[in-house]
Amino acid sequence: MISKKVANVQDALEGVKDNMTFMFGGFGLSGIPENSIAELVRLGVKGLKCISNNAGVDDFGLGLLLQGKQIDKMTSSYVGENDEFERQMLSGELDVELIPQGTLAERCRAAQAGFPAIYTPAGYGTEVAEGKETREFDGKMYVLEYAFKADFAFVKAWKGDEAGNLIFKGTARNFNPNMCGAAKITVAEVEELVPVGTLDPNQIHIPGIFVKRIFQGERYEKRIEQRTVRQRD
Amino acid sequence: MLDKNGIAKRIAKEVRDGYYVNLGIGIPTLVANYVRDDIEVEFQSENGVLGMGPFPFEGEEDADIINAGKQTITTLPGASFFDSATSFSMIRGQHVDLTILGAMEVSENGDIANWKIPGKMVKGMGGAMDLVASAENIIVAMMHTNRAGASKLLKRCSLPLTGVGCVKKVVTNLAVMEVTKKGFKLLERAPGVSVEDIQNATEGTLIVDGDIPEMNL
Repeated sequence: MISKKVANVQDALEGVKDNMTFMFGGFGLSGIPENSIAELVRLGVKGLKCISNNAGVDDFGLGLLLQGKQIDKMTSSYVGENDEFERQMLSGELDVELIPQGTLAERCRAAQAGFPAIYTPAGYGTEVAEGKETREFDGKMYVLEYAFKADFAFVKAWKGDEAGNLIFKGTARNFNPNMCGAAKITVAEVEELVPVGTLDPNQIHIPGIFVKRIFQGERYEKRIEQRTVRQRD
Repeated sequence: MLDKNGIAKRIAKEVRDGYYVNLGIGIPTLVANYVRDDIEVEFQSENGVLGMGPFPFEGEEDADIINAGKQTITTLPGASFFDSATSFSMIRGQHVDLTILGAMEVSENGDIANWKIPGKMVKGMGGAMDLVASAENIIVAMMHTNRAGASKLLKRCSLPLTGVGCVKKVVTNLAVMEVTKKGFKLLERAPGVSVEDIQNATEGTLIVDGDIPEMNL
């Protein structure tokens, strides 16, 4: 067994520097790497270029890095629900690239899978495709989109083992599996790090080969953005 | 004239047995409340769930189980969770049978604008561009006019586009229209709404062919 286990979040983030490009898993606040984000805040690294579907909320998730003005550029598909983000974007402090959600996922997956680029129909004929190569296949138009290049991918899983194997829970899975192995170094944080041999190999979502470092997060807040419920009869 | 729930109720009649359906945020979300209960339909949410159920009972919310609007949800028997790339494989690969989404503008050739108002609203397109670029069957649910009273059914969209020539049907508070090569073909009127009312609220070409029936809700 090749061990991917590191002692703590500090060791997991070794090598993180200013001006690097990072990927962050998560959809809204669901499945975000809370402990890695907190450590990036503590380290105070700046000039970051971040790839993440969303940008957190003002006081949680990537919003924490925005508050400290640690991010220079965001590549996302949806960035509502964050006043500080909007302020920095409109003032020009923050460079924002908005791309279709499926394109974001596939540019991660392409990087993971060794494809330099992919053709997608999403965004053809819109400003998203401006200046990009397009091509017709069977009468339909597609846009060429390049695989992402990133220094670190920070992902969060439900359970993992020392070999780096990961299992996700519910819709907290989202972009996390697609980002594993899509950057030079993939750091996986898990709610529960279990002994090797405990996880059923049939149930593994991401094999450990895609993960460079794994640690158990100290605590998870798992904040809910829109608490919607129905009444009992 | 219909309210938002009325629009959702009318669109629910387009949902057929065996359909996988993606519902956008806003009026489209309400459609789930009106789908006949004698047919089998599965709702897909692009953040990675198929087989979405109703909101959870109070105290049973799970931060790890949400929909694309970030609302806490439940799942029904037979549901599945998956990653974002798989989710958009379902969408781009045309495995989803029906997409229902809102819009700020629709043009008579089926272009749709619903993600950006330059200088005002820049929240992003989320999954809308992937959905409209691939879905075979796209229904737009929206009010016929905007808050200022201007038509949202235009010759050409003025806002940045989400997709081109993709909308097949539009259901508004006033009418049901099919997008054809020649323009918006009027299919049904909302209760108490005349063809003239619809004509006056439509900037794009409206094709009125014969008697236009009132919606049967």
